[in-house]
Amino acid sequence: MDTAQGIISNAQVQELIDIVRKVHGFDFSGYTKASLKRRLTRIMLLNKFEFYDLKHVLINDVDFFQGFLEEITVNVTEMFRDPSFYKAVNTQVVPYLSTYQHVKIWSAGCSTGEEVYSMAILLNEAGLGKKSFIYGTDINTEVLREARKGIYSLRNIKSYAENYQYTGLKGSITDHFTILYDAASIHNELKQNTLFSVHNLISDTVFNEFQMISCRNVFIYFETFLQERILDLFYKSLCPLGYLCLGSKETIRSDSFKSKFKVINQKENIYQKVGT
Amino acid sequence: MGPDNKLLERWHDAQIVLFGGSAGSFKILFRIIKDLPEKLGKTVILIIHRKKNFFSEIEKLFAENSRMYMREIEDKDILKTNTMYIAPANYHTLIEDGGYFSLDVSEPVWYSKPSIDVTFESAAEVYGNKCAAILLSGANQDGAGGMLKLRESGALTIAQEPADAEMPEMPRSAINLGAADYILTQDEIFKLLLS
Repeated sequence: MDTAQGIISNAQVQELIDIVRKVHGFDFSGYTKASLKRRLTRIMLLNKFEFYDLKHVLINDVDFFQGFLEEITVNVTEMFRDPSFYKAVNTQVVPYLSTYQHVKIWSAGCSTGEEVYSMAILLNEAGLGKKSFIYGTDINTEVLREARKGIYSLRNIKSYAENYQYTGLKGSITDHFTILYDAASIHNELKQNTLFSVHNLISDTVFNEFQMISCRNVFIYFETFLQERILDLFYKSLCPLGYLCLGSKETIRSDSFKSKFKVINQKENIYQKVGT
Repeated sequence: MGPDNKLLERWHDAQIVLFGGSAGSFKILFRIIKDLPEKLGKTVILIIHRKKNFFSEIEKLFAENSRMYMREIEDKDILKTNTMYIAPANYHTLIEDGGYFSLDVSEPVWYSKPSIDVTFESAAEVYGNKCAAILLSGANQDGAGGMLKLRESGALTIAQEPADAEMPEMPRSAINLGAADYILTQDEIFKLLLS
């Protein structure tokens, strides 16, 4: 059973959080505990570790940490996940973006890049391809390496075909890839307007100004206080009237931020920065 | 035969009721959401396997027909009494120590997202014997492992009688694993729910 929970106690989770912060400089204290516990349990089962084994390698084995980081953060993603979201971006955000000479977009927590390229395809179809630039960031160097390649298995790309159809974009998803045997490589014209780099939402700060920030299905792993800290980072990173897109189940709840972000689409959680 | 007294007592004590359903469970679930009273005095959580891009349909249909206030779970929603929550498609639903939900997009479990196991296990961890879980018709083994965890933590666990389920595999897996306190037919389940 790969979902086993309960083989690690809350106190032990806390102990690991402290070790990771002290030894590796990553702070997981604001992560939701149920999910974190599930990931830790999974790592222990995959490696056939007892709690003390895991503690030992986290302290003593430097190479283990990169793989640990990849396992602890969820890197499951799809192209055009929630097609209705992309439809909403097309009708409600693209007209605003098109008024700019240069459009800068930040995809925060981009994992292996599927969302960045989905957005690149959408903007290209809307005629903004030449003047837009998408920054994809993640805390994980390994997933960014994959993202930069822009090569996915053909089987995966085909599994996104249905999502693509629902977005209402013309043609089919494979139109945007060069296919060689079982590998699908994103077209160069789409790739050249992207940049992938490491950024830690918890510890890093503003690095540019954007017309749109997309951070979808990242907040679900964070406690409310941490979400608010990152909302502040996003607010500061957006230009006046810039757009913020959260996951379809992630809403802005805090009153102080409700007054800073106007709801553009309640169902898709698309917000617009108000004030400066 | 009606539910025995011990069963009735444990049902009435339960504060959180979890329903897991997959293929063939739609009809019974629909009846459940229609019949449960507005003020059940419990928190109800539905975990239903379904296809990811058609999610709004089942929720809409259920919300229009339920007497209890119904809500599709959003990130960090607080568990409230007399509310029926439905786990959103294409996410796993977890329950946090502080009495709120958190969502997760990680790998499917038993090819399913939402996975019944994930929510059941999480409920077992946080609420243990305050829970009652009912596992309905389905064509795979999701839910069995989670229901065992619930049973071990003192929760009331019920599997639908496989012979009475459209797809017997799911409740049967739970029974084979020793995860079910009771094996009940649809009619017996309804008698209990409305007792």
